[in-house]
Amino acid sequence: MLKKPVCRTQDILDLIPDGASLLVGGFLGVGAPTRIIDALIKGGRKNLTVITNDTARPDVGVGRLIKAKCVRKLYASHIGTNIETQKQMLSGELDVELVPQGTLVERIRAHGYGLGGVLTKTGLGTMVAEGKRVIEILGEDWLLDTPLGADFALVHTKLADAAGNLNYEFTADNFNGVMAMAGKVVIADADEILPIGGMSPDEVNTPGVIVDYLFRGDV
Amino acid sequence: MSEAMDPKELIARRVAKELKSGTLVNLGIGIPTLVPQYIPRDVDIALDSENGLVGMGPRPLPGFENVNLTDAGASPVTALPGAAAFDSAMSFGLIRGGHVDVTVLGGLEVDAKGRLANWMIPGKMVPGMGGAMDLLTGAKRVIVAMLHTSKGESKIKEISKLPLTSIRVVSLIVTELAVIEPTTEGLVLKEFAPGVSVEEIMKNTEARLIISPEICEMRI
Repeated sequence: MLKKPVCRTQDILDLIPDGASLLVGGFLGVGAPTRIIDALIKGGRKNLTVITNDTARPDVGVGRLIKAKCVRKLYASHIGTNIETQKQMLSGELDVELVPQGTLVERIRAHGYGLGGVLTKTGLGTMVAEGKRVIEILGEDWLLDTPLGADFALVHTKLADAAGNLNYEFTADNFNGVMAMAGKVVIADADEILPIGGMSPDEVNTPGVIVDYLFRGDV
Repeated sequence: MSEAMDPKELIARRVAKELKSGTLVNLGIGIPTLVPQYIPRDVDIALDSENGLVGMGPRPLPGFENVNLTDAGASPVTALPGAAAFDSAMSFGLIRGGHVDVTVLGGLEVDAKGRLANWMIPGKMVPGMGGAMDLLTGAKRVIVAMLHTSKGESKIKEISKLPLTSIRVVSLIVTELAVIEPTTEGLVLKEFAPGVSVEEIMKNTEARLIISPEICEMRI
């Protein structure tokens, strides 16, 4: 198996330009690629589009990107724990699209798995259905939601191997595994990188073939 | 006993009575998180946490926290023997797909049809829906656990001006004053809290209530 390049902060900044779209893993900061987020803040990235479950707190996970005003457009299911997100949304600096959590993860999955959309009952008849198509199938109404992908998927894992295989721990999987399928370029922020052969195929949650770079900070 | 009892504790105690052994239960934030401590020892339920855990246990002892094992509020939890962890697609497959038996959710308002609004107050507070819309869509049974009034105003409205979380009618509403069941005829008042009169409930409820012929005191 080919080894995946382990990149440094400067490599991250060379890869990700201003205005890029990013899928960012994590659930209230748990399982968030914090070291990559910090690299983007250090590089002063602007006008990013971010797709993520929530914006955590201002000093946690993807919340830091919001606080540092790196983000122009946000797709998320929950922003209630980050006062910065609320402030920037109300002032018009940040464009926010709220998506039900189950729909958000399926829209990302649809993109990564090569599917044309999501048909769900979630949101039918509510504000989130405005402007969307309702499709009748076998006598039942379903709401059509479109696939959602990005230039980059930034994911976190406790354990990787040098081939890029990822193994998530407990509730730190959340959106990471799904997002890894939906980014054109996938960068995994790994707490530990084992040599090739150090991980059993059975332990692999995200196969290394879809991971482009590993990152551990500048260690 | 009820006169001195905290209103939220009373609600949590009553909701706990609704939970049966062998079911998968998801608890929302706020009052619902108080429920587990009042579940009788002989009732064995599995707790679902939408960040990807079935079989969630209590907070770990100090020093035993794992940053990668938390509840949906990012607080450290434990995984009980037999627990399972998975990604958000599986988690919401369980929720939307009808595999969660009961969800207990907090509420801003419920309307006369029994529909819940709990995700935003336009112009004031826009936290987002998180998993609430999916839970209301897919859970077999939805119990709303909320205070009856807010700043003296009824939270059970004839018509709610807030954006609905779902058009699905909830199964049961439990407040510190009453237990109310939405039916096709309207909201049925089934139980009154100890020491609370039916008149007092009517006075504090904007929506029309139908008094059940079998109305009784709340079991807590």
